[in-house]
Amino acid sequence: MNNIFETIGYYLSLPMGRYALIVGVLIALCASLLGVTLVLKRFSFIGDGLSHTAFGALAVATVTGLTNNYILVLPLTILSAIILLKTSQNKKINGDALIAILSVSALAIGYLLLNVFHVSSNVSGDVCSTLFGSYSILTLSISDVWISIILSVCVITFFTLFYNKIFAVTFDENFAKASGTKTEWYNIIIATIIAVVIVVAMNLVGSLLVSALIIFPALSAMRVYKSFLSVTICSGIISVVCTFVGILSSMLLSTPVGATIIVIDILCFFAFYIIGLALRGKSEV
Amino acid sequence: MNLIKVKNLSVGYDKKIVLENLNFDINEKDYICIVGENGTGKSTLIKTILGLLSPIKGTIEYNISRNEIGYLPQQTSVQKDFPATVMEVVMSGFQNRCKFRPFYNKEEKQEARTNLAKLNIANLEKQCYRELSGGQQQRVLLARALCSAQKILLLDEPITGLDPLATQEMYALIKGLNQSGITIIMISHDIKCALKDASHILFATNPPFYGTKTEYEKSDLHKKYNTHHVGGHIGGHDDE
Repeated sequence: MNNIFETIGYYLSLPMGRYALIVGVLIALCASLLGVTLVLKRFSFIGDGLSHTAFGALAVATVTGLTNNYILVLPLTILSAIILLKTSQNKKINGDALIAILSVSALAIGYLLLNVFHVSSNVSGDVCSTLFGSYSILTLSISDVWISIILSVCVITFFTLFYNKIFAVTFDENFAKASGTKTEWYNIIIATIIAVVIVVAMNLVGSLLVSALIIFPALSAMRVYKSFLSVTICSGIISVVCTFVGILSSMLLSTPVGATIIVIDILCFFAFYIIGLALRGKSEV
Repeated sequence: MNLIKVKNLSVGYDKKIVLENLNFDINEKDYICIVGENGTGKSTLIKTILGLLSPIKGTIEYNISRNEIGYLPQQTSVQKDFPATVMEVVMSGFQNRCKFRPFYNKEEKQEARTNLAKLNIANLEKQCYRELSGGQQQRVLLARALCSAQKILLLDEPITGLDPLATQEMYALIKGLNQSGITIIMISHDIKCALKDASHILFATNPPFYGTKTEYEKSDLHKKYNTHHVGGHIGGHDDE
C-alpha cells in the first residue's frame, strides 16, 4: 500500500506528472460537456472523423517542420469541423460517406507523408503515439498546460452563459430557429470548440481515442439521469473522476495513459448501464 | 384585426416550388386548418410563414412581431431518448424573450407553470419527457409553444401518432385555446375534425383553395374528398 502512494508521490513530485494530471482533467471536463450535446444531436461520428483529420494535419505540420504544430493543426481541424457539420445537415450530400472519405484520406495521406519525408528516425513510434497517445505521461509541455487551462475556462464560461440556448438548440433545432435563435452560429461555435478540444487532447490520449473521451461520459450519465442539467453535471464528474483514476493507474501500472483512461471510462459505462437497468426495473414493478 | 397577409406566395425549397399562388389573410381568432395530400407543401408553407424558409415568390406581410408566433413542430427522432424534464422543455419556449440574458427569471417559471396547468399537465412538471405518452409529449410541446407566443400558434400535425382518446383531448385543448383568443393555424390530414372546429380551410392543391368552412363545404373539393375517402382521411404522416 505504501508503495502505491510512494509511486504516485514520486510522479506528482515531477512537474511532468502534475502537468499530465492538470491537462488530463481539464480536457476531460471540456470533452464531456460537449459530449452531451454531440451525442444527443447524433453528431458523435464528427468527433471521430475530426480526430483522423487532426492526425493528417499533424503529419503535414511535422513534415513542413513547423516549430509550433498548433499553428497549422488547429485551423485545419476547425475548418474540417465546420465542413463536416455543414454537410451532415445538407440532405443532398451524403454526410456520413463524406466523413468516412475525409478521415480515411487524412490517415492515409498523413502516414504516407511521414514515411516519405523521414523527419524522425522512429516514424512508427511517432505515428503510434499520435494515434494512441504517448506511452508515458512525460511528453506534455508547460504550453500544453496553459492552452488547456485557457481552453477549459472558455468552454466552461460558454457553456454556463449559453446553457439554456444550447439546450434549446439541442432539443429542437427547428423550434429554436423559429423563435429567433441563430442556430447556425451555435453549431459553428460548438464545432470549433470540439476541434480545439480534439487537438489539445491528442497529445494526451491520441487521436483515435479522443472521441471516446467525448462520448463515453455523456452516454454513461444518460443511462441513469433524466434531466438535461443532471446529465450534463454527471457527465462532467464521471469524466473528471475517470481521467484522474486513469492517469494515476497508468503511473502505477506503467500502462499507456490514453488507453488506461478509456478502459476506466468503459468500465464506468457498464456500471452506469447496469444501474440504469436496475432503476428502470424497480420503477416498472 | 388582420395579423398576417399572404400575397401571391410561392413556397418551396432549393428553388423548387411545391405550392404556389397562395393568397389569404390570417385574422385574429381565426382557426385555419391546412389540409392536403402528402408532399403538397403544407409543412413548407408553415416554415415559410415562420421565417425558417424564404418565400420563392410573393410576400408575407406581418402586422405583428415575429415573437408573437408560436410553433409546434413535428417531433424529431432526437427527442425520443432525450434526457430532459418537462419543465426544462417548456422553459425553452422563453428563449426568444431572453435575448442576451443567460438565465430564466421567476416570472417566466411561474408562467410556465400556468401554461402547464392550462393544458392539464401541471402534475407532470418534474417528469422525464421521454417517458411520457405521445399525447402528454404533445401537450408539453404545446405548453412550450404557449410560452414562446400568445397571439398565433402554428401547429404541424399535432395529432400524429396519438390514440383516438388523446386525439380528441388534443382537439378540445386546441379549440379551447382558440376560444380564449389565440389564432390557430394547424396542419392536419384529418379533414373531418378540421371541418368540425376550424373557421377556415386552406386546401394545398394546385390551384390552392382558401375559404371559410361553409365555402369549402360547397366546393367541388369537398364533394370529391367526401365521397372517395372513407372517414375523411387524406394522406398520412407528412415529413418534409
